[in-house]
Amino acid sequence: MKIEVNGTRHDIAATTVAEALTLLGWGDMRVATALNGDFVPAAARADTALSDGDRLEVLTAMQGG
Amino acid sequence: MRDFYGTVLDNPMMLGTARFPSPQVMQEAFRQSGASVATVSLRREGGGGEAFREMIRSLGIHVLPNTAGCHSAREAITTAHMAREYFDTDWIKLEVIGDENTLQPDPFGLLEAAKALCADGFKVFPYTTEDQVLAARLVEAGCRVLMPWGAPIGSGQGLNNPYGLRTLRTAFPDIPLVVDAGLGLPSHAAQAMELGYDAILLNTAVAEAQDPVAMARAFGMGAQAGMLAAGAGPMPVREMAQPSTPVIGRAWL
Repeated sequence: MKIEVNGTRHDIAATTVAEALTLLGWGDMRVATALNGDFVPAAARADTALSDGDRLEVLTAMQGG
Repeated sequence: MRDFYGTVLDNPMMLGTARFPSPQVMQEAFRQSGASVATVSLRREGGGGEAFREMIRSLGIHVLPNTAGCHSAREAITTAHMAREYFDTDWIKLEVIGDENTLQPDPFGLLEAAKALCADGFKVFPYTTEDQVLAARLVEAGCRVLMPWGAPIGSGQGLNNPYGLRTLRTAFPDIPLVVDAGLGLPSHAAQAMELGYDAILLNTAVAEAQDPVAMARAFGMGAQAGMLAAGAGPMPVREMAQPSTPVIGRAWL
């Protein structure tokens, strides 16, 4: 599966958002996710399928004003 | 202090967490300012996010995630949903930027996002201009806080349009108002509070001071002084002098 994760291309053996997070090493981390610009709640990650060309954003806390 | 979506803040200062020289300085600045709210954001995972979230939690104050950097309603709405889950709060500082140079809010995108988020149960703190008509539309959309800018973000110019801010205060006596952005000096904070505003929100003026901790304390004192003054009933401004020492009893020399 060829997807873009946080702006970087990945060829990854994952079929869902949850699997992708696990393979990327973020399986146990507190993160927020969006797929192709739409929010994916944590509870929906295992049921959210990936397709070639998808854009996955994985966000976490950062300083802000 | 006024009610922010059911929460009465014990201090009128809201402080950002960005641009501090170190985490230790940031934490001490929060303590010295007495700030009751900390603003935070979400960015691509690069390590350290969870540790930062824990540090903010340890401050024991309210967390207000922002949608900084969003240029469309869609981006802001998605970011708000991600922030609600990540930070476990329905508070959101809604920013939809319309101009790269001034970072002025896009009023049309802001209203569109505010409508969607209010309908979805968010407690929206919209970063807006002092435009009274836009403010009315945001209140209609369900916003129960308004955060007009003092000046462009990070500019330190202070209150560029005191008339507009005063007019907004008069037009919305029951809505909590926060001057957000553009403050450079504690006197600006005092001025905002003297106008009857309920809080101030700033970041750069403290974080980029030579001594952020001292500046944080100074801003906290400025906000407190302004709040006290607003409640004390300022005297009317007069065109001409009026002697303060009694005229009666003056010697005939």
